[in-house]
Amino acid sequence: MSYIIAENLVKHYGAGDAIVSALRGASFEIETGEFVGVMGESGSGKSTLLSIMGAMNAPTSGRLRVDDIDVYSLRQEQQADFRREFLGFVFQSFYLVSYLTVIENVMLPLAIVNANNKQRRALAQEALSCVGLANKANRLPNQISGGEKERVAIARAIVNSPPVLLADEPTGNLDTKTSAEIMELLLRLNRDGMTIIMVTHSHQCARYARRILNMTDGRLFEKDLGRNVLTPAADLRFACLN
Amino acid sequence: MTLKEIAFRNLMRRKTKAVFILAGLMIAVATVVTVISLVEAMTEDINHKLEKYGANILIIPRTENLTLTYGGLSLGGVSFEMEEIQESQLNKVSTIKNAANVAAMGPMVLGAVRVQTHRVLLAGVDFESAKILKPWWKLNGSLPDETGVLLGEEAARVMNLKSGDAFEVNGRKLQVSGVLASTGSQDDQLIFTRLATAQSLLGKSGRVSMAEVAALCKDCPIEDMVKQISEVLPGAKVMAIQQVVKSRMEAIHHFQKFSYGVSVVVLLVGSLVVLVTMMGSVRERTEEIGIFRAIGFRKSHVARIVFIEAIIVSGIAGFVGYFLGLGITKSALRFFTESHSVSVPLNLELAVGAFCLALFVGLVSSIYPAMLAARMDPNDALRAI
Repeated sequence: MSYIIAENLVKHYGAGDAIVSALRGASFEIETGEFVGVMGESGSGKSTLLSIMGAMNAPTSGRLRVDDIDVYSLRQEQQADFRREFLGFVFQSFYLVSYLTVIENVMLPLAIVNANNKQRRALAQEALSCVGLANKANRLPNQISGGEKERVAIARAIVNSPPVLLADEPTGNLDTKTSAEIMELLLRLNRDGMTIIMVTHSHQCARYARRILNMTDGRLFEKDLGRNVLTPAADLRFACLN
Repeated sequence: MTLKEIAFRNLMRRKTKAVFILAGLMIAVATVVTVISLVEAMTEDINHKLEKYGANILIIPRTENLTLTYGGLSLGGVSFEMEEIQESQLNKVSTIKNAANVAAMGPMVLGAVRVQTHRVLLAGVDFESAKILKPWWKLNGSLPDETGVLLGEEAARVMNLKSGDAFEVNGRKLQVSGVLASTGSQDDQLIFTRLATAQSLLGKSGRVSMAEVAALCKDCPIEDMVKQISEVLPGAKVMAIQQVVKSRMEAIHHFQKFSYGVSVVVLLVGSLVVLVTMMGSVRERTEEIGIFRAIGFRKSHVARIVFIEAIIVSGIAGFVGYFLGLGITKSALRFFTESHSVSVPLNLELAVGAFCLALFVGLVSSIYPAMLAARMDPNDALRAI
């Protein structure tokens, strides 16, 4: 059975005459270890789809199952636990906490898990090494470049070893060279077994995905690029390829 | 990185806001501490003064008729036809349980005499006891010997007598040794002489009309002493002079009520400062809270961060507010009491109370901002996804 199953997802915003349909019945399945790109014009519904997959935006109708868990049948606090255990988020705008250092930002998801500070720090350091920022652990976000910020965001997303990484325009604010580096990093994580779902406008970035979900006016059209489907690693933790 | 560290780091980043909350709570706590300390110090001051105040218990013969006012204070019945108290019986007062609290006892014999053309009240008193019982006396002249008298100011004016003058009472020559400065009481109209001299002149040897007792009642209820004296002097009526005490205590109670009212208002203002500032802080941190929620923080985790911030700031406000309040009390006491000897000691109970009060106000005021933060939808907060 597929790891992620979306069944006829519908999302309406507003009410009455002002109703806007962002998703008009999206159904798809994603296997463990897939790298899926979601593409589409602005307003096509791809961000809505990602937020629904991120357990942050309940669909008007339809069902989302991840690892056989019906995500939106969970209570809100359970959804938070689900996000912590199953998902890592990488945002276009990085969303780093400005007053925390790089390593502290990476440690954030671990602040609420049962571990001591030493263990948390070791895991964060490991994640930073994985994204190549071990030497900038004590800098503040405003002391590093955009590409480095994105790497920190990725380190934060993978620090607690989630099986799924959701990335929203991860290279949207980066130059071509840095974008390529970030995509290589995501590809490495995917090769290590992490399932990656990435929203992007960029065809360059979309090249890294095995499958593309094309969104048009809230509807989904699938395109299989025929690249390798990777087998999941037994331990997803930072088996970085060098 | 723990929730505590996140809270602490956020406070350090938003120092102005933290200081604003701190100041609001600190002022509130300091006000409460000041009010409580001030009332306690003023009560202590009054108790201290009462010890020096003079007579606060009167012993008079039991009687059914006539009342007389003395010293501006309402006394029990005193009649010229009454039976006096035997002077020797007063010694029994030294046997009561709270005898140690008796600072002084002044027997007094009273009787009307004729001086020149005037009828005037002659009072025989123990001048040694009078120093404690009537500390407000200011004497122009010297204390009288066996043949001397002191005149109240009014008596001296009406009889046109001054220090050194002499006059006769019942055929005995008496010399004015001094004149009392005006007391505003009936003492102004009396002639005072030694107890033995008065008893002799009035034909009341071994008897007294009344006795005044100065009781140190800081640690004992004056009513208990009245009861104890009544038991050893069954033929006498024993009364506490409570008017002055009561009026002063009432004044303090009014001040206390007013101050507590002001404290409540200041506390409310303080809690509003915390509420508004915390709300502002939460709204400023929408993105940050969105990140926390997106990476798996529960609502309770977000609320806990807000509460930890409130606890840190409130705790400091409680601690600093207590000492600030003590300092203000020390300064304010100069205006509220004439005495400069009143101390404002460190009060552990009050310190703990101030700390708990600050925590309580800080936490209660943070409930709504914490709920606001916790309820924040991560999707709305981040908008990007």
